[in-house]
Order: sequence, then C-alpha cells, then structure tokens
Amino acid sequence: MTATIRDEGAQEMRPRSELTARELMREIGSVLRMSEAEVAELGEMPDDPDEDQTMIINMGPQHPSTHGVLRLMLELKGETVLRCKPVIGYLHTGMEKTAEQLTFMQGGTNVTRMDYLSPFNNELVFSMATEQLLGIDGDIPERAVWMRMLLSELNRMSSHLLFMASNGMDLGAVSMMIYGWREREEVLRFFQKVTGLRMNHNFIRPGGVAADLPAGWRDDVLRLLDLIPERLDEYDILMTGQPIWRERLQGVGVITPDEALALGATGPILRSTGVAWDLRRDMPYLHYDQVEFDVIVGSYGDAFDRYAIRLNEIRESMKIVRQILDVMPIGDYRIQDKKVTPPPRARIDESMEALIHHFKIFTEGFKVPEGEVYVGIESPRGEVGCYIASDGSPTPYRMHVRAPSFVNVQCLPHMMRGGLVADAVAVISSVDPVLGEVDR
Amino acid sequence: MSEIADDATDAGDDMAAEPSEIHGCPVSDSRGQVVIHPSRERYIEVVKALADEGYAVCADLTAVDYLDYVHRPLPEGIAQERFEIVVNLLDIINRRRIRLRLQVPAGDAVAPTLFDIHPGSEAMEREVYDMFGIEFTDHPDLSRILMPEDWIGHPLRKDYEVGKIPVQFKGANS
Repeated sequence: MTATIRDEGAQEMRPRSELTARELMREIGSVLRMSEAEVAELGEMPDDPDEDQTMIINMGPQHPSTHGVLRLMLELKGETVLRCKPVIGYLHTGMEKTAEQLTFMQGGTNVTRMDYLSPFNNELVFSMATEQLLGIDGDIPERAVWMRMLLSELNRMSSHLLFMASNGMDLGAVSMMIYGWREREEVLRFFQKVTGLRMNHNFIRPGGVAADLPAGWRDDVLRLLDLIPERLDEYDILMTGQPIWRERLQGVGVITPDEALALGATGPILRSTGVAWDLRRDMPYLHYDQVEFDVIVGSYGDAFDRYAIRLNEIRESMKIVRQILDVMPIGDYRIQDKKVTPPPRARIDESMEALIHHFKIFTEGFKVPEGEVYVGIESPRGEVGCYIASDGSPTPYRMHVRAPSFVNVQCLPHMMRGGLVADAVAVISSVDPVLGEVDR
Repeated sequence: MSEIADDATDAGDDMAAEPSEIHGCPVSDSRGQVVIHPSRERYIEVVKALADEGYAVCADLTAVDYLDYVHRPLPEGIAQERFEIVVNLLDIINRRRIRLRLQVPAGDAVAPTLFDIHPGSEAMEREVYDMFGIEFTDHPDLSRILMPEDWIGHPLRKDYEVGKIPVQFKGANS
C-alpha cells in the first residue's frame, strides 16, 4: 500500500482547464485549496482580457458575515460562484489535546467552550460518554435527567434565537439582530441564575448536574414561555411573510437529501431536505421518548427551509419545556456514588474522611474503566458526538468531539456552486456554523 | 464452539444476540455498542458492504494514537498497532450505529480513503492526517486542515509534547 507522497501541508490548485474530468468530479466532493503564496501570486497577475478568466477571491477570515473566522475561497466568474472552499483552523486551540491533560471531572470546562452557543449540549454529550464508560448511565437520578433536558432545550432556544439574530443581520434585517439578542439574553439570564454563568457553564457533569435548580426557577421558566411566543410571532411578521426576506432565501443554497447524507450533514441542514432525522426522536436519550414534540422538516433544502425549521424548533422546544415543568420530579440532582460525586459541602466541615475524599476527587479525579465509547446527541446544529477512549486512568486517553459544524461547513461548496456572491452570505448564515466547534 | 471452557457459556449468551463476525471481521461489544475490527486490506470492502446494508452515513472518523497504551483489549487475531482509525457509521433507516476500528502500524501509517463511499469523510480524514500524520491513499486533497500549512509535527500524537510551565512544587503534575 503506498500513499501519494506530499510535502507537509502542500496545497495545490490548478486551473479548471488543466483538470481531468475525474479530478474535477472528485473535487465536487472535496474542495479547492491554495496556499496563501499562490493566492498572492494570482492576485498580482495582469488581468486577462480573455472572458474565460475566473477570479479567486478570499472571503474572510475577518469578514463580518462569516460568523467568526471562517475563510472562504471563492472562484468567481462574474458574480457567479464556480467553486468554493472553506478554509478553517484559525481558531484551533488544540482542545482535544487539552482534554487528554484534564481529568474527567475537569473535562466539562473544556468541551463547554467548543460550541459556545450550545454549551449544555456539549457538556451533556461528554458526561453521557463518561457515564457509559463508568457504567452508571442508567443510574442517574430522575431529577438530574429532567434538569438536563430542561437546560438542553432552553439552550436550543437560545442558540436558535441567536441564529435568528445573525441570519437577520446577514440579510440586512438589522432590527432583527437586536430582537434576537434581546430574547436570547432573557434565556441566558435564566442560565445565569441556575449556573452562575451566562455561557461556558460546566454545569452538567458526569454523574448529574452541579447544583439544584434555584428557588423560583419555575416562575422564571414560565415567564420565558409567556414572553417568547409573542416575540416569535413578531419575527413572523418581520421576516417570514416578507417578500424581500423570501426573495433572499428561497431557492438559495439548495442541497439535496442524497448530498446531505453523503456529506454527513445533520441537524437543520439534513431536515431541510426532507429527511426527518432527529436523534431526540429516532435514537432517544435522556427522557425524550417520554415527551411529545414534532420533528420539523423542510422540503426544498434551501436557506428559507433552514430558517423556518429553526424558527419552529424554538416552538417545539418550548412545547418540551412545558412538559418538563409538569413532570419535574423532586429528588437528588446527582448520583450518590462516592466514586464520582464529591461529598456535600456541609460534611467537609465535620468529617476528615469527607475532606480527604473531596480533596482526592478534585486533585486526582476518579478512575474510569478501560474501554471506548461513542455517544451522539442532537445539538441545535446537528449530531454532536463524543468519542472517549479510556485506559483506566482519571484522564481520557483520547477524547474526540464530532462537531456538527465541522461537518456542516463542508456542505458550503455544494450549496454555493452556481449561486451568486451576494447569496454566499445567506448560505453561510443558514448553515449557522460555530467556529469554536469547527476548529476546536 | 470453543476450546476455552470458561468462556464458553459466557460467550454463548452474548453471541446468541450478536453475530461473532460481520462481513468476516471480528466483532466486539463496547458498553453495548457494536464494534468491528476489519483488516486494512478489507477495510474498503467492509465499509462498502455496510453502506449497502444501510449504514449510509459516515457520522464520524477519527484516530487514536495508542503509543502509551498498546496492550488494550482487542478481539483475538487482531494485532495491536500504534494507530487506530475509528469510524462511526450511522444507519438512519434502521436507526442503528456501528463502529469500525482499523489498526494502522506506526511504520506504515497509511490507510485507504473512504472518500469514494462517503464523501463527507474528506474533511475528517484531512483532520486525521493533520493531527496524526496518517496518510490516506487516493485522497483528493490531503493537506493540513486545522494547523498552519508549514507546521511541523502532528499534535495529537502521544509523543508530541504539550507546552509546560515549570512549577515550584515538584510533586505536582504541571
């Protein structure tokens, strides 16, 4: 078996005319990539009067509508996008390497920073994977499970509300940006009350959650549930029915079900093509099999479908939250397993053993049996998965997060091909990537 | 069924539900998840056969460097190599998952690409190349994806050191 020998990081792009049909076909599944030196070289070339000349431009990484530091290389002919390639890695901080240094106890602080718009989902998937390795996944107290669901659904709402804001802003509905942020802030205010932080909570931990819900939480949630439906109706008036909004989104960035599945796209992108795939319904985790909700599905696979799906998923999440309020049991919020749970704060003052236990669990962490496990759950962006291989020590031997945005960003070349540059912004926005998660 | 008397009853119960081989590859069970261990020669063939069976989505592709943890549990007949490529496939029709663990030796860190079966694996294989230095034969664009183009080394390898700050207390892990 031999591999094509390449220099480290060598990148190439040849003109289309030099590519064989097979190479071009492969590239449709892949993307084009050039080094920065090559781009500079091309930029200095004198303009060719030949009409066939295409232009390669960089969009980003500091473009306001690239949602962070996404760089897109676009090959343009006039205003039409012929090819597109996402170039990522500008936010890479080696979080998977960091995870190998942190104990399972500390790991939550790391994963919560990956998809910073839905931190609870990342913590949840990491905790679920750890619990499966420990073999305690069936013993999590009921209240903790329902709390996890509550937070995860509220997080889906806050994430989609932010999508509404950024999508509106990208398309020129700047007032929508203010509205979306405003509503998201209401949800974050609840998170702050529960966890102490607006983002990066490290609240869902292996074994349960970090603390019980604060007094008055039910009223806060009910207030949110009263407030947001009205605001969503305002969004409908402001955007959904507007001819300009529809013109900008309908038929833009179309992707077919086959393409979406082949590229591994999940979440609203896959559902916009008509494939009703939602892990919450199809492979239920937590207690999603005990609540009623609809999986929102589109039919055209365009940017408008993705917008409409997210808007309606907020409504579905509220439906779930309402059901959670009805059934939220009373009880423990974390597993009473000495192995993974630190002793209660009050016991530390009176018992030397509790103090030692507390000290040991926070300095050394708890040992997790050998094995490897993959857990996937539905985050607002699609399937977020966590693969952990443990060698029996308190730190993961390897922790990998299957980031939905990382995979979804690879759909951009397919969505943009043949479209206009002006629509590129709408397409990026409709994919809703979080670059912290793409680059990890 | 087997010459190992102790395991016979145990294995008999487990294997009643799960076949002991899928497409000729040893199967193991990891916390209730199905894992198969193809050889490098049969890797593509097995993934293709699984795709025909319904595992049409490549949910995840990653790798593990088992440099410091060579003696891990693997089914009989599977040699423990330094690298392992881990592929998680998803069947959205029958709602099931399967995982492939492919052994890749350190001296010949090369694997065939899944690009022609699952185009979505393209970026993930690039990530594995970038982070572990495992080459994928016939990959359309095998270049670094997360690290800068001129980066030396593959960060997620176990012999790639992380930066450390010296601390005064010698017993602590800095």
